[in-house]
Amino acid sequence: MKHRIKLKVNGVDYEVEVEPRTLLVHLLRDLGLTGTHIGCVTGECGACTVMLNGVSVKSCLIFAVQADGAEILTVEGLAKDGKLHPIQEAFWENHGLQCGYCTPGMLITAYQLLQRNPNPTEDEIRRGISGNICRCTGYVNIVKAIKAAAEKMRR
Amino acid sequence: MIPCAFEYFAPKTLDEAVYLLDKYEDSKIIAGGQSLVPLMKLRLITPRYLIDIGRIPGLSYIREDGENIVIGAMTTHYEVESSTLLKTKCPLLPEAASLIGDVHVRNRGTIGGSLCHLDPAADYPPVILALRGKLKAAGRDGERIIDAQDFFVDMFTTSLKRNEILTEIRIPKLVKRTGWAYLKISFRAGHFAIVNVATLVTLDEEGRCKDVSIVLGGVGSRPMRAKVVEERLLGRVVDEHLIKEASEYATDENEVLSDFHASAEYRREVSKVLTRRALNLALQRVGEGR
Repeated sequence: MKHRIKLKVNGVDYEVEVEPRTLLVHLLRDLGLTGTHIGCVTGECGACTVMLNGVSVKSCLIFAVQADGAEILTVEGLAKDGKLHPIQEAFWENHGLQCGYCTPGMLITAYQLLQRNPNPTEDEIRRGISGNICRCTGYVNIVKAIKAAAEKMRR
Repeated sequence: MIPCAFEYFAPKTLDEAVYLLDKYEDSKIIAGGQSLVPLMKLRLITPRYLIDIGRIPGLSYIREDGENIVIGAMTTHYEVESSTLLKTKCPLLPEAASLIGDVHVRNRGTIGGSLCHLDPAADYPPVILALRGKLKAAGRDGERIIDAQDFFVDMFTTSLKRNEILTEIRIPKLVKRTGWAYLKISFRAGHFAIVNVATLVTLDEEGRCKDVSIVLGGVGSRPMRAKVVEERLLGRVVDEHLIKEASEYATDENEVLSDFHASAEYRREVSKVLTRRALNLALQRVGEGR
């Protein structure tokens, strides 16, 4: 049986019908929001990370029906009025990505981290992104980018 | 990676959830879903009915209740990790919660869900057993309280009846002159423990061990007390030498499993080392005036 659910994604209201087994990440991508990537689909890699009601979650570990009534922020919602979010700017300026596959998840994870800890140490950043796997960068520039983003956002 | 089809219920009350659980034999409760959803996607389990208790109000809280702290089953690991009340009155639990999975899992996963799932290498079970906690369950015939030692039956198996739901976890506040430590060894960030250990040590005014609780996880099919170590510490003045000597007996009398993560021999060695480190850290924390 399909369920009718309501969601607010990046400030836009949606009302959709989903099968109970539809994962939130699949629904988001079906809505055209393909910035949220699917990596491992077993909850290991963090590529599908989104903000759900103010906290970061892996959208492949949540059924869409569980998110009925929720407010969601995906990577598409970070930039405002054509201006990149300071975290996005910092990733750009510090070469915090190579292939870009993990980037949407990394950006949202950095967003969560900096919300709770506006001035993280390198160790806290590394712990904070431990749920997100990057196979290109070796994390060095990602850590640098998050540090730079923290500075920008504190200004 | 799509689970088998199932029917989904989102009851608004605990009674309704218990009713559904009782009515549908092939049903499963979903809390945070951080263990359940992967298992369903891998089709290791294929429940026909899923009962989401995430919409029942009043199952998420951390508060004092006399000498205890009570925690609602739907309280997330992040809420446990960041609770000022727990950090002051029972810091062992937030210390363990902060090491679960990763930030996203901790934002979503719940203490009740983890305890009911009962992965033999999970972080909470040894802690709850070391604290001699109690678990409250709601069923068709009302509520009952289960001692932690009776709750952890076997790998992925609790003593909850098929139609019961865990609603609350009760743990005591730490008494004066108590040190605590939770340590674990895992091979990769965010992974389950190969071995973990939760320890509590209470000293009397002369520095003798008045009470001690050491529980190992990951070594056997369920969390197990290191009884021989406990006996060797009780009533004696605890120092580094005694801890070193006693920790050698960490897995004595306990079953130790081999699997593709680690051999029994390796687990035995790691158990000794972690027990020693945890006890030393606990002892140091008693000294810090806790």
